Amino acid sequence: MIRFERVAKRYPNGREAIAGVSFDVARGEMVFLTGRSGAGKSTVLKLIALLERPTRGVVTVNGQSTGPLPARKIPAFRRQIGVVFQDHKLLVDRPVFDNVALPLVVAGTPLRELDKRVRAALDQVGLLGKERLLPLELSIGEQQRVGIARAVISRPAVLIADEPTGNLDPELALEVMNVFRRFQEVGTTVMVATHDMHLVREFGKREIVLEGGHVRGVEDVRVPTVGAAAP
Amino acid sequence: MIGPVTWFTRHVQAALGATGRLARAPLATLFTVGVIGLALAMPLGLKLFVDNARAATGDFANAVDLSVYFKIGTPLEKVQQLAERARARSAVATVTVIPADAALAEFRQYSGFGAALDAIADNPLPHVLGVRPQAGADTPAELAKLREYLASWPEVELVQMDIEWVNRFNAILDVLRRALLIAALVLAVGVLAVVGNTIRLEIQNRRAEIEVTKLVGGTNAFVRRPFLYTGALYGLLGALLAAAIVFAATSVIAPAVADLAAAYGSRFEMLGASRIDTLRLIGGGAALGWLGAWMAAARQLVRIEPRA
Repeated sequence: MIRFERVAKRYPNGREAIAGVSFDVARGEMVFLTGRSGAGKSTVLKLIALLERPTRGVVTVNGQSTGPLPARKIPAFRRQIGVVFQDHKLLVDRPVFDNVALPLVVAGTPLRELDKRVRAALDQVGLLGKERLLPLELSIGEQQRVGIARAVISRPAVLIADEPTGNLDPELALEVMNVFRRFQEVGTTVMVATHDMHLVREFGKREIVLEGGHVRGVEDVRVPTVGAAAP
Repeated sequence: MIGPVTWFTRHVQAALGATGRLARAPLATLFTVGVIGLALAMPLGLKLFVDNARAATGDFANAVDLSVYFKIGTPLEKVQQLAERARARSAVATVTVIPADAALAEFRQYSGFGAALDAIADNPLPHVLGVRPQAGADTPAELAKLREYLASWPEVELVQMDIEWVNRFNAILDVLRRALLIAALVLAVGVLAVVGNTIRLEIQNRRAEIEVTKLVGGTNAFVRRPFLYTGALYGLLGALLAAAIVFAATSVIAPAVADLAAAYGSRFEMLGASRIDTLRLIGGGAALGWLGAWMAAARQLVRIEPRA
């Protein structure tokens, strides 16, 4: 589902964020992307969401190579990927409903369907009934979950998250991570960048470890998960 | 793929969204609309001025009536005969014969010199022809030709026509018309700049929203649409304000113009902005606003890309 082949990314300022990264994530798999700050985790996620293009190598997502994709096809490409940010990037002047509905609105989903699907997405992250609140009226954990609801509402094939638990206490972090696992269990390919090793161990998913722009290793600590989707 | 209903819904949403945003910042909106309104009111006002100047002078044809004075003692039959000949010319619209007797009676009635006139035995006034040229034949060259023809009759004493005044008036109107055109162009560019700058600032203010929208797969067209509606709305409201300004100004000036006209013995009534001019103004204002927004958005939106 996500394939990196000897991918390198050098930013205009000359910094090489990743140098020759290769890995493969199967359809319906959940993997963790770990490593210290500056190891290149964010760059890998940006390359997947086509916020950046690779300098060398090939990034393939859902069968599409991102390198040669023309700019006008980027919106359609991004609609198959849900992105969750550490700072959640919610629009603070819009109610929860509008924030969550945005991906459907840009995709032209009929209005009568919006309401149903926004409620469903909020239900999945345990926030049903908070549609009319503004993001700042919610707790940090709830805001993060609104971000997740927005990422999954268009039922993307791929869900990526950059440090989604960075601002949360261990209990909330576990709760958020469980939300991701539930989406993986229904067939979504999930990639979570995190440095919370404790949490990673607890989940027992495959782990891609980045160090200094390279893949240091892939730890396969998979334990049988009930209901895990076959690749 | 999106269906026509969704397409329509999106446009309605963008239009309503733009309206709502303007309504939420009434003061800022008022200033922008005010500037656009003043800029658009000027060309319309100038056009009204030119239209009225032309109408007040009877659209030229009145201004260039020729008066043909016959020598004293020319028999009326001869005058009638010549009037017939003048009527037959293609450049002539109407010919009015004013016999000397009728002229005297009129003069006696209106001048207040009745008693003095009684002291004069013979009628001192000549027969006169009022010759009005055809509407299409009132160019200076045509008029000169007509005048030459009328003056060539031996019975004619004098052909009076203020052709120089007509020429000057023509030239003044021409200057005004060109000034109007230039003013309209300059002010149109001004409206583009005002709308463009306002939209540019708004795009900057909503940068976060644009980034997130693009991040979840919003196309440039989708992101641009509300700004285009905002621009068009600015132009539309500005044009309505301009129409109101011109209407108010006309209402204030019209009675004074009527008094002025009455002092010159005219029943001229000032023309207001015509329906078609007003519609043109409103359509043009909205189009300018849309264009200004488009120019700003085209440059700005491509630059705003989501950052993670």
